[in-house]
Amino acid sequence: MKNSSYNPGLHRFAVFTACWTLFLLVAGALVTSNDAGLAVPDWPLSYGSLMPPMVGGIFYEHGHRMVATAAGIFTIILAVWISRRETRASMRRLGWSALAAVVAQGILGGITVKFFLPPWVSVAHAALAQAFFCSLVAIALFTSKWWQSELQVVRYSAHPPVRERAVAAAIVIFIQLLLGAAYRHQALGILPHLIGAVIVPFVVLPAAFSSRDRAYGSASGLARCGTMLKHVLYVQLALGGAALWSRLATQHAPQPMPVMVFFTVAHTAVGALTLAVAVLLVLVAFRVLGPVRPEKVAASQPRMAGQEGGAL
Amino acid sequence: MKARLLFAVLAVALALSLSACGSKEQAEEKPAAPAVASAPVDPATAGTITGTVKLDGPAPKAQRIRMDAEPTCAKTHTTPVMTEDYVVGDKGGLGNVVVYVKDGLGNRTFDTPKEPVVLDQNGCIYVPHVIAVQVNQPVEIINSDPTTHNVHPVPTNNKEWNKSQPPKAENIVESFAREEIAIPVKCNVHPWMKSYIAVLKHPYFKVTGKDGAFEIKNLPPGDYTLVAWHGVLGTSAEQKVTIGPKESKAIEFTFKP
Repeated sequence: MKNSSYNPGLHRFAVFTACWTLFLLVAGALVTSNDAGLAVPDWPLSYGSLMPPMVGGIFYEHGHRMVATAAGIFTIILAVWISRRETRASMRRLGWSALAAVVAQGILGGITVKFFLPPWVSVAHAALAQAFFCSLVAIALFTSKWWQSELQVVRYSAHPPVRERAVAAAIVIFIQLLLGAAYRHQALGILPHLIGAVIVPFVVLPAAFSSRDRAYGSASGLARCGTMLKHVLYVQLALGGAALWSRLATQHAPQPMPVMVFFTVAHTAVGALTLAVAVLLVLVAFRVLGPVRPEKVAASQPRMAGQEGGAL
Repeated sequence: MKARLLFAVLAVALALSLSACGSKEQAEEKPAAPAVASAPVDPATAGTITGTVKLDGPAPKAQRIRMDAEPTCAKTHTTPVMTEDYVVGDKGGLGNVVVYVKDGLGNRTFDTPKEPVVLDQNGCIYVPHVIAVQVNQPVEIINSDPTTHNVHPVPTNNKEWNKSQPPKAENIVESFAREEIAIPVKCNVHPWMKSYIAVLKHPYFKVTGKDGAFEIKNLPPGDYTLVAWHGVLGTSAEQKVTIGPKESKAIEFTFKP
């Protein structure tokens, strides 16, 4: 059995850490939307202490630091747990990479405070946050019972090219998240992000629909990922419209208004989820679809996992 | 091997971003060359420019600042606190406008006043909303509130800084080395708190009150260009004025909302 290394505790902890990281992304988005990034002028301490008065913008900024500290501790535990229990070398590397990412993320966060939110460092902080979240989602997937079980692998027909489309979708969503971060941190105007919002559905929806193609009907989990991606994209587009509307409607308000904060933070969080689902689709597509060998095996002819496959 | 490469790339990227930020900081910290004061203005020949800044049309309605997020701030007010972007008098005078000589002083330099201009944080708003100082003149920032503030000027031509000021903390005394009209100041703890500090090379400026009136005294005879700056409406059209010995002239600036 391929799932002999399945560890339910490790998997549950990986899922928890990924969920906590999504919470961390929400906390970070709240800091930006409330313009609280510099409410605490010092780093790594906050007002020279571990627990400053949690008032106004300090609540958001120090709250973000606390959630991030917890995420760092969880990631250390996860990386050590993986290194001790996992037989797959690639999993151990992934665990340590996630730890390196969260450390780098903490340093980037410190740089944003020390150097008064340099726009491109803030964008890098946002981008690395997305990459870190995706690495934890991948760890959660790779430690699942489903991933480690003997799955029926379907021959990849390349018609439709779901793998390539899924990879393109993940890349385009990531770029779109970067453009959104660049707008939020005033490195760029909103136009690139708006253009991206027009392009993204034309790349993502074909990936989502082709994963539900009849050719891959027996590929476990693939169609579900495609459906999830489609739905989360619809929600994200609606939230993007709402965030833009709320921003325009409250642009003369003396402070960030709750309606703008709500829609913008929701848009940021669902953006991260959209990327995570696209990454899931990529991973599942490479897991349950076999390599293209049309000269030997006809498309959609099932075979068993383990004959050919990735290191994970 | 790949992991090592990843670590190396990450370390180099971090070092580069740190060094880039550091070099910017060092460049900003470089002090401006000290100015040597030229001959003092002769009061026997100095003239005056007076006038009014007016708003041509109804001012946008002031918006209520909601301080519910911090009860300490809300408790300091018995009446609703409104935005101060448009402070308009009965006769259409516009307040919080910096009127200053933009051109006409040549290479003349001026002593830096030693007395500070005070910016108070009182009731979780900046009082006054706009101040103007000379280059290197001290700005003294007071926290009269029972809550913590951070004082964060966001200049484009001066060094940026961000300092916390708990209740009853020592006053912050800072100055700005370069002319800049005007530097936004904000408190990230209380995002509604906004103020402006105009920094000028000379003493020929005035911040208008609610009546929009200004008076710029002790000007040596000459041809001057004056402008008015408002936090929301920006910079006005230039006005040319010629001042003869002991002459006083009146001008008017008009902003459209």
